Amino acid sequence: MNAKHYMALIAITVVIFALPLLLFPNANFEGADGAAEEELTSQGYEPWFSPVWEPPSGEIESLLFALQAAIGALIIGYFLGYEKGKMKKGIAKEPLRTEG
Amino acid sequence: MHIMEGFLPHPWWELWFAVSIPVVLYGIYRLNRMSKTTPEAKPLLALMGAFIFVLSALKLPSVTGSCSHPTGAGLSAVVIGPAITSVLSLIVLIFQALLLAHGGLTTLGANVFSMGIAGPVVAYAIWAVAKRARIPSSIGIFLAASLGDLFTYVTTSAQLALFLPNPTFFEALIKFGTIFAVTQIPLAIGEGILAVILFDFLAKYKMELLSTLKVIRVPVTVPAKEGGK
Repeated sequence: MNAKHYMALIAITVVIFALPLLLFPNANFEGADGAAEEELTSQGYEPWFSPVWEPPSGEIESLLFALQAAIGALIIGYFLGYEKGKMKKGIAKEPLRTEG
Repeated sequence: MHIMEGFLPHPWWELWFAVSIPVVLYGIYRLNRMSKTTPEAKPLLALMGAFIFVLSALKLPSVTGSCSHPTGAGLSAVVIGPAITSVLSLIVLIFQALLLAHGGLTTLGANVFSMGIAGPVVAYAIWAVAKRARIPSSIGIFLAASLGDLFTYVTTSAQLALFLPNPTFFEALIKFGTIFAVTQIPLAIGEGILAVILFDFLAKYKMELLSTLKVIRVPVTVPAKEGGK
């Protein structure tokens, strides 16, 4: 696979992730865990323990989720760039072709 | 999406801890051994942890009109093994339980089992079969990552249906399965594609390391290195 294949695959992924928003404009898109919570509480189940700390607002929550994604993306980007750069400088061997 | 804090009663939450703890301990042992015997694999461990971090932070819309997130654990299981993946999943789950009120400390055992053990074992097994059957690596990775992801949420549904089999276990399984697993289908497909891209990159740039870790076979055209155990 080359860069073009990667771009095509990423484009397909974006479409898959975005499609539900277009198909169901009136859905509320709440968390599936929230739906399960409703189902369980409607059957009379009461949680016996509550989270030790909760983000005080939706903004703080999205801040922390963004932070989580950013930390991961930083490491992935560093790794990919490092490996590519190493190969370009000829430190490593030429990329080897893979089957499939 | 994980089981929420306090939503597994006694004795279920203890049971899942009892199942998960030995696997995580074995994973820590494998992790230490890998960093000693194959120190060049350390960046790969960080990469797999990072992949899990990113994917499990992305809550995505789905065809059921609700949201869930992928796990990233399937690719990790293929590359560094399910046991080490359970340790990485534990780290992410603790982060989310403490800082995001997502999942929970009492449900940590159950969530480590679904995300860090059940899904990864399925992904690992699918890759093992695909490798043996010489199925093209892209297809093998896609199936391993997406079905592993999906199985994590089938497991979550089963964990809830087990403690609340109302009216029967199977009906409850279908009910929770609709909430979790059906929501997960498009996300699992997306995760499969992303895993294929990252794996393809690894196969190009880290082929020797992958064959040392026995993730892939060294093709006949490439001379096998000595001492690669």
